[in-house]
Order: sequence, then structure tokens, then C-alpha cells
Amino acid sequence: MAAPPGRTRRAACTLAAVLGLLPVSACGGVSAAGSSGTFITMGFGLGDAIATSRVDDARKALDGVELQVNEGAFDEQQFLSAVAAGDPPDVVNMDRTLVGGYAARGALLPLTDCLRREDIDLEKYQPSAIEEATLDGAVYAMPDSFDNRILLMDASVLRKAGHSPSDVDTSDWKGLRRLTAELQERQGRKLTRIGFDPKIPEFFPLWVKANGGSLISDDGRTARLDSPRVVEALSYASRLIEVQGGWGKFKALRDSFDQFGRANQIAEHQVGAYPMEDWYLSVLGDTSPEVDLGSGYFKDRDGEPVNYVSGTGWAIPKGSRHVKEACAFIESMTSTRSWVKAAKTKAKEVRGNDAYYTGDFSGNREADRIIESEVWKPTGEKSFDEATRRLYDIQESGFAVPANAAGTEFKQAWQNACNRVLSGEQTPRQALEQAQREAQSALDIANQGRK
Amino acid sequence: MAVPDKTASPPSGAEPAAASDVTAKAPGTEHTPYARPPADRAADRRERARRWRASWRRRETRAAYGFLSPWIFGFVVLTAGPMLATLYLSFTDYDGITAPQGVGTANYQQLFEDPDVAKSLMNTLLFTVLRVPLSMAIALALAVLLVRVGRATGLFRTLFYLPVMTPSVAVGILFLLLFNGNVGLINTVLGFAGVDGPSWTTDGDWIKPGLVLTQLWSVGSTVIIYLAALKNVPQDLYEAAEIDGVGRWQAFVHVTLPQISGALFFTLIVNTIASLQTFTEAYTAFFGSANSQTYGNDAALFYVVHLFQQAFQYMHLGYASALAWLLFLVILVITLLQAKFSKRFVYYEGDQP
Repeated sequence: MAAPPGRTRRAACTLAAVLGLLPVSACGGVSAAGSSGTFITMGFGLGDAIATSRVDDARKALDGVELQVNEGAFDEQQFLSAVAAGDPPDVVNMDRTLVGGYAARGALLPLTDCLRREDIDLEKYQPSAIEEATLDGAVYAMPDSFDNRILLMDASVLRKAGHSPSDVDTSDWKGLRRLTAELQERQGRKLTRIGFDPKIPEFFPLWVKANGGSLISDDGRTARLDSPRVVEALSYASRLIEVQGGWGKFKALRDSFDQFGRANQIAEHQVGAYPMEDWYLSVLGDTSPEVDLGSGYFKDRDGEPVNYVSGTGWAIPKGSRHVKEACAFIESMTSTRSWVKAAKTKAKEVRGNDAYYTGDFSGNREADRIIESEVWKPTGEKSFDEATRRLYDIQESGFAVPANAAGTEFKQAWQNACNRVLSGEQTPRQALEQAQREAQSALDIANQGRK
Repeated sequence: MAVPDKTASPPSGAEPAAASDVTAKAPGTEHTPYARPPADRAADRRERARRWRASWRRRETRAAYGFLSPWIFGFVVLTAGPMLATLYLSFTDYDGITAPQGVGTANYQQLFEDPDVAKSLMNTLLFTVLRVPLSMAIALALAVLLVRVGRATGLFRTLFYLPVMTPSVAVGILFLLLFNGNVGLINTVLGFAGVDGPSWTTDGDWIKPGLVLTQLWSVGSTVIIYLAALKNVPQDLYEAAEIDGVGRWQAFVHVTLPQISGALFFTLIVNTIASLQTFTEAYTAFFGSANSQTYGNDAALFYVVHLFQQAFQYMHLGYASALAWLLFLVILVITLLQAKFSKRFVYYEGDQP
């Protein structure tokens, strides 16, 4: 490390300046927009037929304006610098939990006029997905995905331990802890199988909801992170990891999963049961259709199924040069016709590869109903079909964390609290009290000057 | 930065003029070589200003500034300019979208209220204290070995320098793979020796040592500097030591170390500054993506990571500017202290009376 990296970069920039290239070099910042005749999207990838088919349709809605899809995951820094430089993309696809934060800062346009002009009926969409992107009564993003969570299991692991998939019951906290200890497997001091993975921090809102609590008030202005039910949920979920040898070993094993490969955690019997997003069913149906899969609902403590949903949404940044086209683009991307057509194309492709088509979940209820009844067909593999049925059944019981003006800061507050508990730094109460202070202060600052 | 810059010149290449300038700055005196009455000093300043203006008539001076101009332009536009801008922003509330609003010293007060400032500073200092001496010791050991290699020096020099070329982002990812507590290569190898390795990537106590070990990967540039310094140690000093019946270790301590002390000091300063600004590897491993952020670990929250999050994730650019100035002051103080204490230990050729 002889030269600090900053010096090298400065030297490179200086050189570029000397050559008169500064205006076109990357040193000046991230430029998202191209010539004014191009319509640019950010945060959306063309990974599968669901994406490409809908983008092909949306291109036609742009009235001859050229479409440029800047692929890659949404990046906060890239987006912020583009907006700050007055050079934003025309439309952006981002995690719905972030929408409130950007909307509060005026970085996104409300879609109110847009919805009216394009005659979009919000009733057609999943209420939780719309709520997640609504701040002070205005909708800022339209859902582009609707990720549901159910329990996935390795039925062979359960059977060997003398259990069946129905024994995995998240409403019985004592029983679940016993089962977790029973299903785990160790070699020496090493953990070789996770009995039950509570999936915290990422699914922590699910545990809170199952325990009858919530992370934030419905209006998104008051954090509830240190309320008793939240503390109890974190105490329980973190203890589930403790009984399996603690976070270090647990996370190390989880990090080593070949999640998207043939040797994934279910195929390799590295996990007994865990709550998981719906897209993983599709991954399993593609890479390892031969697994001995089990599924179940994640139930709250009263025994009712709960479904923590999340997903991305389409929003229009402030400064977009093609607001009218952006509205038409969003309408097309989230429309029933576009989704059904895309699902048909994807199903055909998937079946052509001898994999299982396990349905699609768009956040557009009308589209989902048609996909469920017309596109999806039983695969012949009972366990996969059962899981798909469960996913369609729990759509309506979906909930999301209400939108709030602190966006990413709020999310970071409770996630960091979970991490501090898992790493043994703090007790659940201490961690959540600190998180509450951080989150409330961020909310107060973000809400300053707003009505 | 005047002090480290002066000492930054390689020990052997130190011109007599520059070196005598350093000598002149004996403790106690200020910036002028000799203490003089104030009136004299003012006259002296005027005289120097006159000479400076007069020098512009010379072609060499103009040519020199011509050659310096890219650097001057770069410094003003890309370093001094942004620094002044952050100084202004540090007194404002700025989110990058709406116009900055003056808030007085609120951002600086917040530095003392934000528990993450103290935490990230401690993390960073601990990391620096672990990394700098270790990397210097290993680099020196490698350089001492390398200087004895006869024929293939060029090859070894290249080999040792190659890892420096690895992008830091890749090193951050590698860290997660190599140091995975369950299946990582490091623990597998430790397992062969019967050692049950720690959870490097998840256990707060082991994250910093793990990152330090990972960054030793790029020790090559320090090795090259030491190698050059070692090659410049006059052979006759060793011969004299041998005649005096001094052992190898003694010769190393009393001949080699003093002779390369200039290079040691330079790498101490540069590595300390780089460590205090460490960012890429920790950020990539623990904060870089939405996924890794979910598992962010407080033990890897280095100061610049905290600054970056405040600025570009939470959009508190005003507060982040205040954070940046605090870091600047911390680095300045540490560098000045190092410069002060090292005077006693650093030897410059031509420095002798």
C-alpha cells in the first residue's frame, strides 16, 4: 500500500483533465440519462422471460422513444448522485421499503396524476404492496413483484427424525425449539445441518407479526422497536440460533450453501426447515426437481397463517425527462395483459427445459388469478404442486412493514439490532432500545417540515 | 502535510539541500532557521516575495511551473476545491436533492452524540494498531530475504508485487470465502494442524484480525520500498561491523535499521494514513450489497464506512462532511505526532554536522 488509493485516482483524474477529457470522463460523477430522445430505466434486469416479455410490450407503449434498460440491481448511491446531478433515469425499479424515504425527500414524483391519466385501478393490486409504497395518502410506486414467504422443508430430514412436515409448527414456540434442536446435526464442534433457520435479521418482521406486534405505527411515524412483543420475538428467534451452536457457526454454514446450484441446501440435507421467499421454489424446480420437498404455512401464535411480503416497485424520479412515457411504461409493465403474456412465455420456456413451472406472483391480483387458473398446471410432482397451492392461498394474508420517511435508515436500525444480539454484543432489550432511539430520531428528522 | 512530504524522499536520494532544510528545523525553532526580531522577519518576508516575483523572469521557473501545472490544477480542482466544499457543507443540512440549509455547528455537536462515531473510530484505530506494525514487520522480513536472492530478483519482485494489483473489492469477497468459519480454506488448513479455527467472518472479536490478515495480501509495495532501501545500505558499513566482530543480528539492528530508517518512517506514515482510511474490503464484505448489509457487523464498522453510509445511503451529506473533517484532523494529529517522535530515530544521509 505505498500510494493511498486516493492519490492514484487523483492522478488519473488530473491526467484526464490535462487531456481535456474531464467533461466526458467518469471522474465527474455517474450519468444516468443519455440523449433526451432515450428513455432510461434503472434497477431492472432482463434476467428471464418475465422481464424480457414485459419490457418488449412496454417498449411499444413508449411512442417511438428509444428504450434503454440499464441493467443491474438498484444502487442507492448511483440513484442519489443521478438525482442530485439533475440527471436521473426516467423510471426506476427499487425495493418498496425504500420508496417512503425517497418520497419524503422529494426524490420521487407522486403517481396520482399518472394513475388517473393511465386509468390504473389500484383495486386490482395487492393492498399491502400499494400501502408499502404510499406516503401521506399518495402512491409513489407500482408493484413489480410480490414475494411471499412460506415454510420450505427437507422432508427426508424430518422423516429420519421420525417427524412429518406437518410437525413443523411455528405457532408452538416451545415445540419448534425442541424440533430445531432435534433436526440439527453436528460433527465435532462443527454445525453440518441447520435444524430450523428463523431467517433473522431479514425476516424479523415476520416473527414480530407472528407474535402480534409491529415494528412501526400504521402511519409510519412512530417506531415500536422496543415494544414488549418485538423484544420477545427477537429473544425467541435469536435463541433458536443459539441452540444450534450460535451465530458464528450458523452463519458460516449458511454462507457456504450452494443456493442456486444442484448441490443446494435442500438437496444436500443442510437444513431441516425454514421460511423462504416464493422464488426459491422456482429455483428448486429448475436446479433440483428431485428433492424431497415439504412445505407449510408460517403460522402466528394463534395458529393463523402469516405471509410477510416484499418486492420492488416502479417509481418516477424527480427530474425525469419523460414523465408521460414513464406513466405509460409503468402501466404496461404492471398490466394484467403484460403479466399473463410474460407468464405464458416463461412457463413454456421452463417446461421446455424439463423444469417445474411453479407460478408467478406479480402484485397484480387480476393477473395472478389468470396465471393461477390458466398458465399454471400441476407438474405431477405432488410436493411442488402443494407448495405452489399454498403460495396462491396465502396471497391475501400478506402484510408489509408500513412505508415511512426514514426508509433505509429505519430498516438498518432493526437489522443492526438483530445483528448485535446474534453476535452476542447486546441483549435483545438493549439492542432494540438502541434501535428505537436511532429509528425514532431518523423518523423525526425525516418528517421535519412535513405535515 | 509538510513534514511527511519532506521525509518522503527516498533516503539515498535525499539531496543535501533538502536534508539541511530538515536539520535546520531543530526542535524549538519555528519556520525560519534562526530566531530574529519581528522587524527583521517582515523585511525578510518582503525580500523573499521580491525574489519570488523576480524568479518569474527566468525561463526555468516558468518551465517548472508549466510542468507542475497538471498537478496544481488537479490539486485545486480535485482536492482543495472539494475540501472547501465539504467545509461549507459541514455547517449545513444537505440531502443531495434539496438545497443546503445552514445549521451552524449542529453537525459537529452530533459527532459527540452519535455512538457510532466513537465505535467506528475505535474500530479503525484498533485495526491500524494491528495492521501497520504487522505489515511493516512482514514486509521487512520479506525484503531482507529478497535482497539475498541473487539471480531472479526481478521475478521475485514482480511476484511479490502482483497481489497489489488485485482489486480491493475482489479481496473483500475473497475474505468471505477464505475465512468462512465452516468451509473456508483458512480453517480447513488450520484443521489439518488440529486447530479449531474461529468464526472469522461472524465473530466480532475475529473480524478485524481477519481483515488485517487479508490486507497483508497487498504488502508487496512496502516490500519494494524496503528492498530499494536495503540495496542502498553501504557495504563498507557491514564490512566494518564484521571487522569489529559484530554478529548478524547486531549488524541488522545497528547498521541496517538506522540506514533504512527513512524508508521505515515513510511507510509508517503512509500505511497509517491508508489504514485510518480503510474502506473497500470491509465495505464489500459487510455493507456492499443489500444482502450483505442485512448482516452488517458492528466490528467491521470502520470510520469511512460510517461516513459513506451517512453520506450516500442515509443522505446526510452535511453530517458526513463534518465526519470527514474530524477524520482529517485525527489523521493530521497522528501524523504530526509520528513526525515528532520519529525525529530521534530517523537517520538521513547528509544529516550529520
